[in-house]
Amino acid sequence: MADHLPTLLFAEHDDASLNPVTARALTAALALGAPVHVLVVGENARPAAEAAAKLAGVAQVLLADGPAYAHRRAEPVAALGVALAGQYGAIAAPSTAFGKSVLPRIAALIDVMQVSDVVAVIAPDTFERPTYAGNAIQRVRATDATKVLTIRTAGFAPATEGGSAPIQPVDEAGAFAGSRFVGEEIATSARPELTAARIIVSGGRAIGSAENFHSVVEPLADALGAAVGASRAAVDAGYAPNDWQVGQTGKVVAPDLYVALGISGAIQHLAGMKDSKVIVAVNKDEEAPIFQVADFGLVGDLFQIVPELTAEIAKAKG
Amino acid sequence: MKILVPVKRVVDANVKIRVRPDGSGVELANVKMAMNPFDEIAVEEALRLKEAGKASEVVAVSIGPVKTDETIRTALAMGADRGIWVKTDEAGIEPLTVAKLLKKIVEAEGPGLVILGKQAIDDDCNQTGQMLAALLGWPQATFASKVEIGEKTIAVTREIDGGLQTLDLDLPAVLTTDLRLNEPRYASLPNIMKAKKKPIEEKPAAELGVDLAPRLQLLSTTEPAGRTAGIKVGSPAELVDHLKKAGVL
Repeated sequence: MADHLPTLLFAEHDDASLNPVTARALTAALALGAPVHVLVVGENARPAAEAAAKLAGVAQVLLADGPAYAHRRAEPVAALGVALAGQYGAIAAPSTAFGKSVLPRIAALIDVMQVSDVVAVIAPDTFERPTYAGNAIQRVRATDATKVLTIRTAGFAPATEGGSAPIQPVDEAGAFAGSRFVGEEIATSARPELTAARIIVSGGRAIGSAENFHSVVEPLADALGAAVGASRAAVDAGYAPNDWQVGQTGKVVAPDLYVALGISGAIQHLAGMKDSKVIVAVNKDEEAPIFQVADFGLVGDLFQIVPELTAEIAKAKG
Repeated sequence: MKILVPVKRVVDANVKIRVRPDGSGVELANVKMAMNPFDEIAVEEALRLKEAGKASEVVAVSIGPVKTDETIRTALAMGADRGIWVKTDEAGIEPLTVAKLLKKIVEAEGPGLVILGKQAIDDDCNQTGQMLAALLGWPQATFASKVEIGEKTIAVTREIDGGLQTLDLDLPAVLTTDLRLNEPRYASLPNIMKAKKKPIEEKPAAELGVDLAPRLQLLSTTEPAGRTAGIKVGSPAELVDHLKKAGVL
């Protein structure tokens, strides 16, 4: 019977706006073949719900709006998901920090084994997912009646706009007193977001300092209209903030163009970017593993090459 | 307060894995194994809380077949006080099942805090901690990068998309570790020797009353589509020409 039930997709959003990964996850959710309801959970989240209603293919938007859902703590949001679960054949969310925190909690409470990081929908019960930092792709059939899925959005094209789904309010379920929101430090940037960007410029340990990220990496990114990323080594060294990390345990991206500056290319980093359409690497070590996946390589001193490249890009864009 | 740290035996992070040609899985014979790196961070954090006088005992637990005790022994060599080995016939127990088994251990041990790695680097699932918290009805903080423990609560800074978030949780609670929480210590030789005398309690998984049957059928395991190395270009100007031709500028 679960085959005929609709799919519930958690929207990724910040109340005021819908994160573009939602449109990508929608493409995966629609591939299951059932009508898709998008659930927007938050406080004062109507603008995000209105944006979700405009995505083509959405049958209905559910809006759970209230103080209990402020900051989307995992416990109350999961309780809401559990309350709704009986009406759905599948529950999905993008593999974001939010989706990763909430969906396993729901899965456990409805006794379902989750399929994490779906990269391909083969059939409504059969999925492909990467393991071992993307070095082995598993094809699995989920035997639980309800499917719980997180979606690795980089592999799915975004659904287009043009829909006008109704927005249905849903009642609060499951207050949870055991955790409290204390605070948040969210970087605001005029640059595109890493997981949604068409072009990404990333820096590695060889960048050498936070100042050099600012003076070398960021100007190239801005010339290209790109998001800025970093390797784990650069983040660990304090050159770049944690949310810039691309890799197995950071963000997984697949932009049209990925420019790796001073990144050697550890398998954990490659796991996060090797599905990019075109990869450019700049590195002084011509044996660096990054060159094995790069379409175009430039061997040399990045502190000389990158400013020249930035000037050439500016010239080309004229 | 007792801290429980679940640890997993996985293929060493530095090993380049090989997919079996028949598609049945990843070759694990004669491959170097190690403790999941995120679990090392979990052990380290538990030890630091104990050294700061915030915890009385650190218990490492692992679930798996023969040789799983080696991974528990690694935690003991780092400084954990004792181990629990939930013995199974096979490796690769699914996160949902692991969470149910861990719930039984939590009920028996009564820890005030459970610290797990955020994900294992073999199956990359990122589920077990959240599932355990759900089954226990406890609050959770995933992707912890900073922990400050109080009398009855714990403040946890988490790495989230776009930055950092701080939550205050009532104890008992479940945490999962991110990379920047700490840098795990190496076990010293004297501590490795001492660890050999520390107790590891063995519990057959079959006796814990949890259904071990997998819910996901593994149909095949394949290598990802490969990427071939491209060309080296001589100058930034040449690179820009290529990028224009590729249509990505």
